[in-house]
Amino acid sequence: MLSRTADHMYWMSRYIERAESVARLVDAHYRMSLLPHTPQTLADSLGETMKALHMDEAYKQKHSSIEPRAVFEFITLDRDFTGSIYSCLRCARENARAVRGSLTSELWETLNSTWLDARSQIVRRSAAQIDIGQFVEWVKERSHLTRGVTIGTMMRDEAFHFTRIGTFLERADSTARILTAHQGDLVPGADAGVVPDPFQWSVLLRALSAFEVYRRVYRDVITPSRVAQLLILRDDMPRSLLRCCKEVYINLKAVANEQSAETERRAGEMHAMLHFARMEELNAGGLPQFLEQFLAKLDDLGHRIASDFLVPPAEA
Amino acid sequence: MLKTPYDEMYLKGNAGRAHYLGYSRWLEGQVGDRLAQKRAEADALFHRVGITFAVYGQDEGAERLIPFDIVPRVLPHEEWIRLEAGLKQRVRALNAFISDIYHDQQILKAGVIPAEQVLCNSQYRPEMQGVDVPGGIYAHIAGIDIVRDDTGEFKVLEDNLRVPSGVSYMLENRKMMMRLFPELFSANRVAPVDHYPDVLLDNLRSVAPIGVADPTVVLLTAGAHNSAYFEHAFLAQQMGIELVEGQDLFVRDEAVFMRTTQGPQRVDVMYRRIDDDFMDPLVFRPDSMLGVPGLMTAYRAGHITIANAIGTGVADDKSIYPYVPEMIRFYLGQAPIIGNVHTWVLRNPVDREYVLAHLPELVVKEVHGAGGYGMLIGPASTLDEIENFRRQIIATPERYIAQPTLALSTCPTFVEAGLAPRHIDLRPFVLSGREVTIVPGGLTRVALREGSLVVNSSQGGGTKDTWVLES
Repeated sequence: MLSRTADHMYWMSRYIERAESVARLVDAHYRMSLLPHTPQTLADSLGETMKALHMDEAYKQKHSSIEPRAVFEFITLDRDFTGSIYSCLRCARENARAVRGSLTSELWETLNSTWLDARSQIVRRSAAQIDIGQFVEWVKERSHLTRGVTIGTMMRDEAFHFTRIGTFLERADSTARILTAHQGDLVPGADAGVVPDPFQWSVLLRALSAFEVYRRVYRDVITPSRVAQLLILRDDMPRSLLRCCKEVYINLKAVANEQSAETERRAGEMHAMLHFARMEELNAGGLPQFLEQFLAKLDDLGHRIASDFLVPPAEA
Repeated sequence: MLKTPYDEMYLKGNAGRAHYLGYSRWLEGQVGDRLAQKRAEADALFHRVGITFAVYGQDEGAERLIPFDIVPRVLPHEEWIRLEAGLKQRVRALNAFISDIYHDQQILKAGVIPAEQVLCNSQYRPEMQGVDVPGGIYAHIAGIDIVRDDTGEFKVLEDNLRVPSGVSYMLENRKMMMRLFPELFSANRVAPVDHYPDVLLDNLRSVAPIGVADPTVVLLTAGAHNSAYFEHAFLAQQMGIELVEGQDLFVRDEAVFMRTTQGPQRVDVMYRRIDDDFMDPLVFRPDSMLGVPGLMTAYRAGHITIANAIGTGVADDKSIYPYVPEMIRFYLGQAPIIGNVHTWVLRNPVDREYVLAHLPELVVKEVHGAGGYGMLIGPASTLDEIENFRRQIIATPERYIAQPTLALSTCPTFVEAGLAPRHIDLRPFVLSGREVTIVPGGLTRVALREGSLVVNSSQGGGTKDTWVLES
């Protein structure tokens, strides 16, 4: 397939996944904002989250302090901020439109009407009139629908694999950043003595659809090392780092070309490392350092995929 | 001053024409606001499917629908048979003409067309002189604009031999009609059109460079911001070929390759939807970012087929149009089946004198104008506009032609106030390759403003489904 087509497919699915990830974070915080708690806890959590997602600088340019409603509106609806859900949906649709002929019509129509609906919901009303909780719920549903249509209608060819690579690279990135935002709560010392903050835990777990899973898997109180285990090393947890790396590796192998051997090796290495790792080792080296390295490797992988497949050097 | 236009559906006294009876009876049976509902449904569907064209310079993502009218334009079988024969004849002659111009120029030597009018035309491409193309076919896809005058006679208004567009609307309009009114199709014998992409692909494959057994065909687009992008993406998808942009292609050793995820892949046939000027910055406009540097070298070496060929504009220019009936006689030795609209060529003093004396009743067109721009419709213009045009004609007469103001035929159309007659034309798409084929019908365009004769979508035109009835 055309390199440019693969590039658009890859970014289309990255953007829709990113929209979902942001929607999940907003959703989790929004629910908590409705419960009684100290306002500072919510503001701190939002602050850490924006920092981990590199949204804090852009936010500070518009607002002087962290005020939950302002944060929600900024990262959900802001039409100028490139990281907002609104912008992600627009970019997903623009990438899809550039290759609409290579998408199934069901997939194109899903992405197109998601964008048209989002635009009319946001453009017709002032931000204050929008029910943020309902909106992000809707974004999650549209992302689920898009993924379902992708899996249910696309041929299992290169186009499909590049779409999947985009999805899982983005998801790995998102999970790693959410973990980064909560790394303070994940230090093993928190197991003993300090009472873990239930508010923080539920935000983290809900944002990753892991709250119910945790209960089912551990049937016990929430402890930092189990949370980390679940979100980093569990193969059957769809948003864990291991699962995402495994999917990236599998899909990358399916599209291998003459120059992609090294990229494939590095993806395999990331997968193998997580596959055979134990939580104790990760903790011994320091979880923050681990997450930082992981994000750097992910970034490297993204660049390598781009130059091997998506935007090949001028003349082959 | 205007003659009474021919009504496609009704005879004088409001009796339905025979071929429209099936439809008009159904129409009378529609109660309440069913039609209005169906029209709203059609709009919503077109938006969702994204059958839109980009509007330049507006708010982010502003895209507009080309209005679709739910009343079909119906052509009886016998009329179509004659039209089809006339269109094939005309396009054969046009292809023979282009081939002749880029080889021996017999028609110029015979004095049928003044040589300077061809060779000094900006659409004449000296780069094509002596270049052989597969099958001698230049205009592989031709859109011939047909109108019906007040006597009911079909006339050719314009030939489009460069990158004619609109065929996707022909296909989508049919799909929409079948979805909205399935009962109409079980009650009427409407010739199908949905095989057009198959015929087009077969046609493109048939003109591949000699010796290429299984040609790779691509569609070259200017990109997602082009106003006709929907059609490019649609056709590429329907044919199952790659939709490429200039940046996806490169030339090596006089051959064209596309960049794929598995390395370079050779391209044999290019269905291009950008103008000659932008095709190769090394030969034509150097500032073009849309084309492929070196493309002409590969083309002249015969290593790729470009459809339509470079240089077809020399045959669809409005200054050449008056000579097409002569071309048919010259190359085919036949009388034209469909005639031209009478045309005065203003470079010619006798014609000019007549036109300047009758401006308020004529249509004056710029030779190189397109899209309904740069024209004067005498009866609909103010005195100032007419005088302004008069000055321009006197200054540069060779830039203009004139035609009588045609009473284009009308077809009932769904407007705000209900059903009302609106002027229409017809653009059938003629495919030339191993043979000449036409999918029955074409795109019917309709001028939605009352009294307007301009059917172009950029000027408030809409489209209709076009039915050719089977015998």
